[in-house]
Amino acid sequence: MDLAYTEEEEAFRARLRDWLAGVLPKLPPKPDPLDWPARRAYDCGWQRALYEAGYAEVHWDASPTRRLIFLEETERAGAPYVGANFVGLLHAGPTIAAEGTAEQRERWLPPVLRGDEVWCQGFSEPEAGSDLASLRTRAVRDGDAYVVTGSKIWTSHAEVADWCELLVRTDAGAASKHRGITWLAMPMDAPGITVRPLRTLAGSTEFAEMFLDEVRVPVENRVGEENDGWRVTMVTLSFERGTAFVGEVVACRRVLGQLAHEARKNGRWDDPAVRRRLGRLSAEFRALWRLTQWNVSEAEATGGVPGTGGSVFKLHYSHARQELYDAAAAVLGPDALDLGREWNLDRLSSLSYTIAAGTSQIQRNIVAERILGLPKGR
Amino acid sequence: MDFRLTDDQKALKAGVRALLEGRFDRDALRAAVEDGGLDRDLWRALGEAGFFALRLPEEAGGVGLGLPEAVLVFEEAGRALLPGPLIATHLAAGTVPGAAEGEVVVTAPDGAFVEWLDEADVVVGDAEGAVRVRSVDPLTPLHRLPGPVGRMPTTGVAGVGALLTAAEQLGSASRTTETAVAYARTREQFGQVIGGFQAVKHLCAQMLVRTEVARAAVYAAAVSGDPVEVAGAKLLADEAAVDCARDCLQVHGGMGFTWEADVHLHLKRAWVRAERGPVKADAEEAEAAAL
Repeated sequence: MDLAYTEEEEAFRARLRDWLAGVLPKLPPKPDPLDWPARRAYDCGWQRALYEAGYAEVHWDASPTRRLIFLEETERAGAPYVGANFVGLLHAGPTIAAEGTAEQRERWLPPVLRGDEVWCQGFSEPEAGSDLASLRTRAVRDGDAYVVTGSKIWTSHAEVADWCELLVRTDAGAASKHRGITWLAMPMDAPGITVRPLRTLAGSTEFAEMFLDEVRVPVENRVGEENDGWRVTMVTLSFERGTAFVGEVVACRRVLGQLAHEARKNGRWDDPAVRRRLGRLSAEFRALWRLTQWNVSEAEATGGVPGTGGSVFKLHYSHARQELYDAAAAVLGPDALDLGREWNLDRLSSLSYTIAAGTSQIQRNIVAERILGLPKGR
Repeated sequence: MDFRLTDDQKALKAGVRALLEGRFDRDALRAAVEDGGLDRDLWRALGEAGFFALRLPEEAGGVGLGLPEAVLVFEEAGRALLPGPLIATHLAAGTVPGAAEGEVVVTAPDGAFVEWLDEADVVVGDAEGAVRVRSVDPLTPLHRLPGPVGRMPTTGVAGVGALLTAAEQLGSASRTTETAVAYARTREQFGQVIGGFQAVKHLCAQMLVRTEVARAAVYAAAVSGDPVEVAGAKLLADEAAVDCARDCLQVHGGMGFTWEADVHLHLKRAWVRAERGPVKADAEEAEAAAL
């Protein structure tokens, strides 16, 4: 049990902190959250800056501890979030890095790191939802291409994406629905793709529906073997659940500090119920941060790909974050109904956390079956 | 940074578990429940094993280990439901003669109660006027202290006591989680083991989540020694122990409500430990004050 960082890690932290202090004041103002092209430009600009300073690869090539420090420092400094680059940096990138060929890594990874290309995620389908493996979008081999027909839903950042990590069914007659799935990188400018943004309850268009009508995807865009896409997907999901939320815990701790400040200012701090609620959340988010350090230590020791411990984290985190914004509403009082006030849009967004990347119910099944060894069954 | 247990720490934990399984197995536990007294032979055996002298420097006859190791040892004690004023005696080692060796039983008032007053040889602190109550926990005799309940600090010796209590709670939470899962894997209803039912599965999954979040908090507090982190760890460990015991009872159905099942012993002890400082309100206030 050692929570101290090495000298080298602390030196990395110090360098990063200096760089952030220099670069953050020069950033342009944050774009309108409803304006996706502006958000893409802003997020990619930030990614470019990271690239030029040598920090772009921190999500992939650095040690898990270095990544942890990066997320800790960028959040602490209030640096921009990965935003539109989320899928490229945290899902597709790590998957291609782990499962792609040398040519594929050379083709797709540098543009993600430079902030030149944005990815979206074409996993979920209408009527499939949490039962991801029941997807029906099919791909038929025609010469040097797969011809893809079907539809996807909840496709984050589809409006502004260049590439889509796409799951398709290549063998409808496979013995199990988990076999017969293939992972493809689909160019979003290919003919036959129609994107229709969906409006969330927060009023934004985070995600979209996507209709695919005989879209030709070159066979060379396949990552992993044909019909082996489920295994490749599990690699992606372990990244999604294991490390993709790390930085947000730090963000939650920052919000908590701001809430305490606001409560002291507006008098709500005098209410012991409000005070204690914030105190309780402080204990929870610190524990989640410590759990993250534990998971990172495990990942560091076992070679990088996070395990099922990510489900334990995600379950607790997603609920705690919703409680955080409910506590924010308690601090704000009547101002909680004013969407112009800080935290209220976040409160609406937080409703997705117990659904996105696997609902809490699915996560509990994973914990029960894969960690506790309880039998499968519904 | 490597938060995981070292090999030495893993060996220590396994060694204490083996010792307790040998010296305080289920038969001994149930005998203690019926008898209600303190087993002095066991107390001395714990002393010989270094249970109380664990953090004393080697030149003072101790084992010379630190807070993280003490936390691992007390986690095992909590797991086994080991009775007695373990923490008070551990804290007295080095100042009260005989405590380190397990020759002397030491208790200390904490919050509204003092535990094991009649069995103790030495009381550290003021237990004047304490009145015996019918303890909810058959394995923890209690006296209620007169006067107002003082707020327990989480610094210094009280901080170590709070952290070791949290460690015991963590051990109990782990144990009831394991017990519930083991039962859910074997007990059949409607033609299948009940662990195949999502309703039961989800109870078990939440037990694990609660326990692992508390574990991260308790272990980290042992390393940092930060008073606020200790208070937060106590808060989460109290909840994990109480809620996991309740869920374990639920998974066991009617069996869980019987005297014969051990789960009520975990729940009652968890309630007793939750009354030690800092209690929920104090821990939350300590956390809030640091925001």
